[in-house]
Amino acid sequence: MASIKIENLVKAYPNRRHHRRKGDPYVPGQMIKVLDDVNLEFADGEMVCILGPSGCGKSTMLKILAGFDTATSGRILVDGREVTEPTSDYIFVFQQSGLLPWMTVWQNVELGVRHMQDEEEKAAQIQEYIDMVELSNFEQHFPHQLSGGMQRRAELARALVVNPDMLIMDEPFTGLDFLTRMKMREEVVNMHEFIGKSILMVTHDIDDALVMADHIVVMGDTPARVKLDRKLTFDRPRDIGTGELAELRDEVYFMLGVSYVV
Amino acid sequence: MLRSISEWRGANQLLPAVAFAIVLVLWELVARFSGWSETVFPGPLAVLGSIGEMVENGTLLQHSAASLYRVTVGFYIAALLGIPLGILLGRVALANVILNPLIQFLRPISPLAWIPLAMLWFGIGDKPAIFLIFLSSFFPIVVSTAVAVGAINPIYFQVSANFCLSRKETNLRIVIPAILPDVVTALRISVSIAWLVVVAAEMIAVQSGLGYLILDSRNALRMDYVMVGMIVIGLIGVFLDYVMRRLGRLESTAWARKS
Ligand SMILES: Nc1ncnc2c1ncn2[C@@H]1O[C@H](COP(=O)(O)OP(=O)(O)OP(=O)(O)O)[C@@H](O)[C@H]1O
Ligand SMILES: [Mg+2]
Repeated sequence: MASIKIENLVKAYPNRRHHRRKGDPYVPGQMIKVLDDVNLEFADGEMVCILGPSGCGKSTMLKILAGFDTATSGRILVDGREVTEPTSDYIFVFQQSGLLPWMTVWQNVELGVRHMQDEEEKAAQIQEYIDMVELSNFEQHFPHQLSGGMQRRAELARALVVNPDMLIMDEPFTGLDFLTRMKMREEVVNMHEFIGKSILMVTHDIDDALVMADHIVVMGDTPARVKLDRKLTFDRPRDIGTGELAELRDEVYFMLGVSYVV
Repeated sequence: MLRSISEWRGANQLLPAVAFAIVLVLWELVARFSGWSETVFPGPLAVLGSIGEMVENGTLLQHSAASLYRVTVGFYIAALLGIPLGILLGRVALANVILNPLIQFLRPISPLAWIPLAMLWFGIGDKPAIFLIFLSSFFPIVVSTAVAVGAINPIYFQVSANFCLSRKETNLRIVIPAILPDVVTALRISVSIAWLVVVAAEMIAVQSGLGYLILDSRNALRMDYVMVGMIVIGLIGVFLDYVMRRLGRLESTAWARKS
């Protein structure tokens, strides 16, 4: 249960530089806009993929949505309520690893269900999600003892065990090898199709978005605006090499400044 | 081929003893041929004899125990008060703004400058010495703890907020484990400072301890006892550092070394 409405969202950071350099468009002390009047609407249960060049403000927008950061102006409504503080109704999967390095995989996953009364049920649930991301036998490992891909999967298990209304993922597949990436795509799509979870995912991979999303958003320019906001109604699994999807793919590439795709 | 430190150690167990052996030989040579009398510059053999003598009559143990006792008590109090205060400074901005200037002002004042006040306030005996040890460790512990809290990756606080950890849970499950490796390092450094200070403190206000032993032996012109005192101070210092380093290898701080 999570419909999201982003209304006239603006985010500006103070300019930290003390001396104006030649050709510097910003004046010291002035605010630098990162997001400029972003308006978006996501329906309940949608699988949304957000694309955009590095540094354009995607993580910033997600952080405001998650309640970790505040908007300069504008607001974000989740199910009609304005976001003011973090909640565990939606779980955030961080761009850099958000696993707590002093806790084992088990302890990390337990974080989300630590208030469950029935110990047995709790343990079963933790085990179920650890098994799901194929980390059985690694329960007692610390994050630094896992590979990058395994850490990502552990973090995904920690997010899913909470059974959140919505999953917010900031480049969850970055650093994964091809096979793991394919498996994770499938996992996330299944979660969305069979459990009906709302998912909001930032990715740099256009194919990720075209294969997975119900709704893709391309952000760009500085400060960032929405450059493309489109719903995809194609059935899955999808072939993105031909037809409308291929056209859309070229369009998005072009929008991101790549005019020739090999 | 160049070998690493551990490869050299593995190649020959006696290598670390080389510098000690050279110093011992030079020491003996100077003692014999410099023209100084045995009283002014006793050689290593004479000092070894004195060690045996002092171990046998129990004075060495007694003085070492007295010094270690003071360091332990002063250091514990400093850690017990310093770590929570450091966390407070790192977590609560208002506390930081109010208290930090005072701490930064008091910190550079050498514990030795407090000696006159310490003696006036606490009289003679263990108390002034313990107070000085406390001062010497307290400020480094507070400052390092506060810095460590400030350096915690903000993502961990976002995780804490996302999973709705209470303030208490955040302190116990995020802040304390996150700063533990840095705090252990700070404790290790403070112990060595405390050990430096105890000897100085014992030269003024007490009738026991290794500092007192050195001062008293100088007054009695027993340079061999002075040297025994110095050697034991060095040995105990190495031992304390070893203990603290073992503490740094605890499993709960392993993540900081690997990542
Ligand atoms: N705390 C901050 N203070 C000042 N500027 C910031 C801060 N956080 C982000 N920015 C700026 O905001 C812009 C957007 O950052 P953001 O992390 O949202 O980008 P992104 O789209 O997620 O990029 P990437 O794809 O590389 O992760 C960047 O130019 C960055 O310099
Ligand atoms: Mg980002």
